[in-house]
Amino acid sequence: MYKSSILKSKIFTQLQIICVFLALTAFSVPAFSQENAAESAKHATDTITTGIAHAAGEAVAAEGAEHGEKPFEPSEVILEHIADSHYFHIGGATAFPLPIILYTNKGLEIFSSAHFEHGHADYTGKYYTYRLVNDKINVVGAGNQLTPSTTVFKSTGVTDLSITRNVISMWMSILILLVIFLAVSSAYKKNVGKAPKGLQSFMEPIILFVRDDIARPNIGYKYQKFMPLLLTVFFFIWINNLIGLVPFFPGGSNLTGNIAVTLVLSVITLLLVNLNGNKHYWAHIFVPASVPKWIWPLWWVIELVGIISRPFALMIRLFANITAGHIIVLSLISLIFVFKSLYIAPVSVAFVVFMDVLELLVAALQAFIFTLLTALFIGTAIEEAHH
Amino acid sequence: MNPLVTPEIGLLVWTTVSFAVLFFLLAKFAWKPIMAAIDTRERSIEDSLLKAEAAKEEMSRLTSENEALLKQARAERDVILHEAKKVKDQIISDAKEAAHTEGARMIEMARIEINSQKAIAMADVKNQVASLSLEIAEKVLKLQLADQQKQDELVSQLLKEVKL
Repeated sequence: MYKSSILKSKIFTQLQIICVFLALTAFSVPAFSQENAAESAKHATDTITTGIAHAAGEAVAAEGAEHGEKPFEPSEVILEHIADSHYFHIGGATAFPLPIILYTNKGLEIFSSAHFEHGHADYTGKYYTYRLVNDKINVVGAGNQLTPSTTVFKSTGVTDLSITRNVISMWMSILILLVIFLAVSSAYKKNVGKAPKGLQSFMEPIILFVRDDIARPNIGYKYQKFMPLLLTVFFFIWINNLIGLVPFFPGGSNLTGNIAVTLVLSVITLLLVNLNGNKHYWAHIFVPASVPKWIWPLWWVIELVGIISRPFALMIRLFANITAGHIIVLSLISLIFVFKSLYIAPVSVAFVVFMDVLELLVAALQAFIFTLLTALFIGTAIEEAHH
Repeated sequence: MNPLVTPEIGLLVWTTVSFAVLFFLLAKFAWKPIMAAIDTRERSIEDSLLKAEAAKEEMSRLTSENEALLKQARAERDVILHEAKKVKDQIISDAKEAAHTEGARMIEMARIEINSQKAIAMADVKNQVASLSLEIAEKVLKLQLADQQKQDELVSQLLKEVKL
């Protein structure tokens, strides 16, 4: 079995943890400043800017508007773009309203997001009155008091299970994947034992790449059991990365750059690795033979951190890479509106084209890395004792 | 908490459900048949290659065997030819010898025959000559002793020749 990878060494696990925290600090700096900016520009938040074109339109329109000069806030626009939304923007101010599904402590509420009129209006449902603030559902209580819907950190009785833009985008990607691979699968049934052709011959090298360069060298001879998941993860991440790069409808969502999605994917890896861990793997964690007994409690803590940090790193890596790409592209586009000059556009566009090409690479690369590391972790978990 | 790094519960739920469905559908209807087909094809290709390799080996083995056979056959042919030549020579020399002996024998026999014939002829001639001589002598005598006087003369001559 191929075992020389640096990724397997203990040092690398420690390094990974450090990297993760470094990565956290790296993106939390602009993120927190963004929050401050959002607060300072609170008067602007009641109008939901709906995209670059729309934002630009507003920026221009704002000059002569009764609100007075409203400065263009690139960070606001960018954040809005990479965050999830209850509307699916097509262009300009036009957007599809999406269904809102709320699981409240009194029952289920389902209605269209059109009722919010992009956050301008409240909607009174069966149980509560809701308001859209920063594209998040809030419950309007007595005395205009706002209660945000349940987050992973705090339960408030109203859970937002809406079909958001990212969910629609994900379903679209799933549909594309199903169409592609069911066609490929039927092609295999049609020409049994013959050379692949058409779409089949395009997909086969990629499937073989996942098998021969990701699964087999890292997992070993038991790779076959894990192929379906590795292939699904690989193509799911890749196609969603690509959809995210399409700047217009129905692309443009930031699914793989959403922490919830990468969280689910990394939890799958976490479960897969640890549920398949063999005796050797668990013995290495709980009763390491080469470690003195009095260090064991410390060892357990370190190993626990290791178990958690590896999928955690996967989650952050995918999220940060894709989000960073989107932020850079959007920032470059924003330059045009920041300088309020058309002459900056060629420069912006040139850089954006460069970034898009780079992101094409990153899209495939991140899918590859996520799958590769998942295979690697599985490999370490099912590795047989070798002494 | 920054909204970017706060996982939204709705998306968490939908992602989990959707991914599970996607995984189930792809695993059952795409990956299983695809991987099986690829494996089968790879195995058949590998088999074919192995078979081709074996056939090639068999071929080369047969060729070398053939060559060996040919070589052996050639050697055998040479041996046979050699032997045949020897036999031929033997036969020729035998025949020659036989012919020689036969010839000699026949010549000998002829000579004997000739000799015997010659002897017979000679004897015959001798007889003829003897009888002829006798006849001549008789005739001569008859002629000579036709008259009494001559007979007396002869007797007297003969008597004279006889010396006592």
